[in-house]
Amino acid sequence: MTTQPPKVLVTKIGLDGHDRGSRVVASYLRDAGMEVVYTPPWQDIPAVVKLAMEEDVDVIGVSSLATDHLIVPKLMRALHTAGLADIAVVVGGIVPDADEAMLLEAGVARVFHPGSALEEIAAEIGQLARARRAVSI
Amino acid sequence: MNKPLEAGRLSAQEIAPGQWQREYAASVGGGKPTRNRSGIEVKPLYTPQDWSGDYAAALGYPGQPPYTRGIYASMHRGRTWTQRQLIGLGTPHDYNARLLDMIDQGTTAVSLIPCNSVFRGYDMDEVHAELLGTCGVVVNTVEHMDQCLAGVDLARTSCAMNDPSPFTLFAFLLATAKKRGVDWNSISGTSNQSDYLSHFIANHMFFRIALPGARRILTDQIEFCQRQVPNWNPMSVVGQHTQQAGATPAEAMAFALSAAIQYAEDCRARGMAPDSFLPRFTFFFDISVSLFEEIAKFRAGRRIWARITRERFGARDPRSWRFKFHGQTSGVDLTRQQPLNNIARVTIQAMAGIFGGLQSLHTDAYDEALSCPTEFGARIAVNTQNILREEAHLTDVIDPLGGSYYVEALTDEMEQKILAVMGEIEAAGGMYQAAEQGLPQRMIGASARGFQEKIDSGEQTVVGVNAYQVEEGRSERQALPAPDPAKIGAHIAAFNEYKRRRSQAAVRSAQDGLAAAADDPKQNIFARVVEAAEAGCTHGEICATLRRELGFGQPLVMV
Repeated sequence: MTTQPPKVLVTKIGLDGHDRGSRVVASYLRDAGMEVVYTPPWQDIPAVVKLAMEEDVDVIGVSSLATDHLIVPKLMRALHTAGLADIAVVVGGIVPDADEAMLLEAGVARVFHPGSALEEIAAEIGQLARARRAVSI
Repeated sequence: MNKPLEAGRLSAQEIAPGQWQREYAASVGGGKPTRNRSGIEVKPLYTPQDWSGDYAAALGYPGQPPYTRGIYASMHRGRTWTQRQLIGLGTPHDYNARLLDMIDQGTTAVSLIPCNSVFRGYDMDEVHAELLGTCGVVVNTVEHMDQCLAGVDLARTSCAMNDPSPFTLFAFLLATAKKRGVDWNSISGTSNQSDYLSHFIANHMFFRIALPGARRILTDQIEFCQRQVPNWNPMSVVGQHTQQAGATPAEAMAFALSAAIQYAEDCRARGMAPDSFLPRFTFFFDISVSLFEEIAKFRAGRRIWARITRERFGARDPRSWRFKFHGQTSGVDLTRQQPLNNIARVTIQAMAGIFGGLQSLHTDAYDEALSCPTEFGARIAVNTQNILREEAHLTDVIDPLGGSYYVEALTDEMEQKILAVMGEIEAAGGMYQAAEQGLPQRMIGASARGFQEKIDSGEQTVVGVNAYQVEEGRSERQALPAPDPAKIGAHIAAFNEYKRRRSQAAVRSAQDGLAAAADDPKQNIFARVVEAAEAGCTHGEICATLRRELGFGQPLVMV
């Protein structure tokens, strides 16, 4: 059996359109050998859930510059309801400390703050993807 | 007793360039060349061999072509730059309180940034309530604009509205002025985000109207202002979005100048004379911490714009040649780690803009990498400007770096680099077509990635991020608290009440008029937007009507 590369959905939910972070991370992950599904900004939560299901992604990376991380708990609940609780969700961007605790509490696997190295982000996402594969096999 | 040293110089024989070269090479060696963010190689030393340009042709005098030294004869010595801090948060009442406080501290002009729900073209009842007012003020009606600007004399205060096509905030401002009996001839300010191409390419904070519609509304707004709001700047060409999205300083300047050409061509195609609209063109740029590169970028851009307006558009009015620009210090350069270091970064960025000859300046708060700025952070940002102006006296001398071998050589090289990128855009058919093809998007993506890799590899130091890190406690990173949910709830309730008590007949008729104008190229859409604002239509209703008639806009995103 050949091992499939990790599959990651890189997206932005909510209202903000600044996507430098998500573009840079997505292109790095792709070059690092992962399969990347990329969306433009402003996705609705149901659209993200549907895409994650159809594409069978291992990890969802949500980029947030301007407070859109506040609705990530809603995404977590929607994933749970759809039976996709095994998909790891990571958040990258401007997330105040107090909100980071709130996100982790809601089930987010990891928050990447400004200044995170691309290599570190890729390593963590790779690990989360492998962990999901290990469980689902 | 020794004789006191008298003024004098060494003899010429003692000056030995060859010896300097040898000693420099011996101590530093060959090594990798140093390049700035735009990719220009920077030498260790600049001498008359690197720049011995003709003073009159390359520099001249401030307020005269080629405008290298500034667009006005007196520059900051005569009138300092406008201190225009971008603020916006919470409800209109919250915004007004903060604005009046900033005016007390020295802010001299209004810049209103709306909530992201507004940027997306929606009213407050169409989005997740927890996102309302978290990074901009929730303005959906003329009544909200009136509340935002309570106590502000509209006839004497320059107001910048950060709203893209169809310019509903500007329409609410005009409607507010009419309500207060203020003549539109006395309204001044700028439509800060009118550059729909930079939104489409880079920043994506637009009302989602498809490109052809956005193009027409902008030209309509420029025409409307010529007739009805002559002191308003309807056109702000934005180099800031592209640079924040990753473009190098040279690319961002090239994209902005190429977009400006596009807008001017569109006005000309509409039959407007260049000297009737060019004096109302303004620019808005990002200022990174790459000090000399930014200074050279602005000096080069000013020189290129003067040539474009004269040579390409045949403008004869000197006001058409002037490259008026607002600068905002770069948020991308700021770090979450050791956030107080950002005060130093913002100071350097602001100096780059001031030495570059800007007309208006926004300094970022040090805490913008943590959250939307706190009041404390915003106060330091304003005082940074006050210190640079009144303690450091940066306004005393016009273009103080003019004549520096380095700055002049770099200005020339940046000019060449900018012109080369502009040539690529022109070859693609101009900025509109280049944007449709994704050309600038690809260039921005490659530059953003390249810069991040330089940081990750340590080639570019970022203090606190890849060097000089320290352990930090959470208490050092205070964030702006979210708006009070009760206040937001009350704001929504008042909005619903507003919608109930307005004249429904007037609203319907204004919406029909707007839709009819969108279908009739002979009508001016922006005139109908203003009428809709006066009739009580909301921002979301106006955007929805135009999206229905003109098509829904998706950005072309390249990864």
